Amino acid sequence: MDRYLKAIPPRAWYVAAGLLLVVYPFLTNDYWIDVANFFGIYAMLGLSLNIIVGYAGLFNLGHAAFYAVGAYTTAIINTTFHVPILWLVPLSALTAAGFAYLIARPILHLRGDYLCIVTIGFGEIVRITLVNNPLGLTGGPNGVLGIGRPSLFGLIIKQPLHFYFLIWAFVLLIVLGTKRLEESRIGRAWNYIREDALAAAAMGIDVARMKLLAFVIGAALAGVAGNIYASKMAVISPDSFTFWESVVMFSIVVLGGVGSIPGILVGTFGMFVLPELFRGFSSARMLVFGAAMIAMMIFRPQGLLPSQRWRRAMVDETVGLPAAGLSKTS
Amino acid sequence: MQEFLQQVVNGLTVGSVYSLVALGYTMVYGILRLINFAHGEMFMVGSYLALSTVSVLGMGQVASGSLGGILLVFLISMTAVAGLGVLVERVAYRPLRRASRLAPIVSALGASIFLQNAIMLIYGTRFKVFPEKLIPQISWEVGGVKITLMRVVILVVSLLLMAALYTLVQKTQLGAAIRACALDHDTARLMGIDVDRIVSLVFIIGPALGAAAGVMVGMFYYQINFVIGWTYGIRAFTAAILGGIGNIPGAMLGGLILGVLETLGAGYISPGWKDAISFFLLILILIVRPTGILGERVAEKV
Repeated sequence: MDRYLKAIPPRAWYVAAGLLLVVYPFLTNDYWIDVANFFGIYAMLGLSLNIIVGYAGLFNLGHAAFYAVGAYTTAIINTTFHVPILWLVPLSALTAAGFAYLIARPILHLRGDYLCIVTIGFGEIVRITLVNNPLGLTGGPNGVLGIGRPSLFGLIIKQPLHFYFLIWAFVLLIVLGTKRLEESRIGRAWNYIREDALAAAAMGIDVARMKLLAFVIGAALAGVAGNIYASKMAVISPDSFTFWESVVMFSIVVLGGVGSIPGILVGTFGMFVLPELFRGFSSARMLVFGAAMIAMMIFRPQGLLPSQRWRRAMVDETVGLPAAGLSKTS
Repeated sequence: MQEFLQQVVNGLTVGSVYSLVALGYTMVYGILRLINFAHGEMFMVGSYLALSTVSVLGMGQVASGSLGGILLVFLISMTAVAGLGVLVERVAYRPLRRASRLAPIVSALGASIFLQNAIMLIYGTRFKVFPEKLIPQISWEVGGVKITLMRVVILVVSLLLMAALYTLVQKTQLGAAIRACALDHDTARLMGIDVDRIVSLVFIIGPALGAAAGVMVGMFYYQINFVIGWTYGIRAFTAAILGGIGNIPGAMLGGLILGVLETLGAGYISPGWKDAISFFLLILILIVRPTGILGERVAEKV
């Protein structure tokens, strides 16, 4: 299967995907366009978390916190000062990045599981803070209502179709940006740190700074996704930023293929679009999802479309044996 | 002062529940270096099984349940959940023993989501209510502090179970095997210890203790929901970290400290921030002293 897919030149894939992206909304109805919109928002979140988990190898299970900071920045400033939504994109990115800088600094020396736990803690503290309505800013459990719509060259973006193009334009930008980042000096430094932080430090890479950078950039992109989510929904509440939201983002990255941009898109597709196709079983959806997470880790731990580097990384180093089931796929 | 003492008593009750659940986290982490995210769900399933047993037996509807009946509830729930624990280990963790560190985390989260939703589908999303008369409503006043029978039961049962576990791990040959596995799997295997059996044993003990905690929480608060696995689980995990993960007395101590701090915080600061206390503590401990209060051995892991 893999062999036939590889025979198709990559450019053909891009052209086909691009065409599909443009034609898609005109072939379907508003409902399916909205499905694609949420697909896009979660793809952004997946891509942003991929920088932290995939490139730098830092287990972040509190990504919803950065998403929340971005969304609430937009919501609060838009509803109180009526600043246009799209102007707030850079600001949301900045506040999320600043927040990430503050919380990531003291915890960067933690590894693996410990980092995972601390990020869960931060994620929950952010959610609890939002519920507790500090200074009357966040509206408590009800959240912020009446967030404005973005407007571009006089066109107010309101319909799902308009949002579709806005969201996917952002997704495309982020894909191109992270692709460039991946191949840059910084991207290579991240890969190096993930494989062996000690060796990376010995080669002159400032490990702490690079890890911090991964957190800051990942958070900034999550902040952008938060901005768009807030304007798309017009209402946001702490319920949208729970631990399970972070788990979903983490799963997108791991199930799609850690460190691989096409993998993230496929992972998001698997998480959001496939369940829509099987709406009949919607109540058992999460049950199947949980079972799928376990099955994936046993039979295809490298994800659906893994990056070349992680394909090797998911093989156990200490024993030199492939992880369970890995040998069947090659 | 009286109010303070009352809060401490309340805190110790909740804390002993955290301790029981924390033991499951700490033992699994000690042996497999795995955060068993599904452990909170064991606690939750234990609680639901107790509810089903109580209603099948028709206990507590008219008069309070007999001692034998209540013991039966504990026994059924603990046995069934221990079986579930072994099953989860077989299916979700054992195939990943040699995989990267990322894979077991995702698998554990998957198991957690699966169990949570399975219970939700079976029992529904609403709160489920335990009969109120299950445990006789007796209470005493000691120096102005009100102590109910249920609180005493929780504290005594927890302490007994913990003492039993401590003796098992420290004084018996089986306990020595468990401790050996925690140090080094391969060497333990060379010494003739069946590591897989020890891992299974840990996945019997931990979930059984968690289930006992779940049963008591159900009887004490009367209502349970399918999300309690997560809310209690994360606190118990904090307790395990607080005491030093991988350290059994540490988990007991951590649970009691966390319970008291949380109750005092809710009483004197604000109930709204109660949930945040354990997380603040968790982060603080990991930044300042990642080995916890009693932990030493895991230092190189951080």
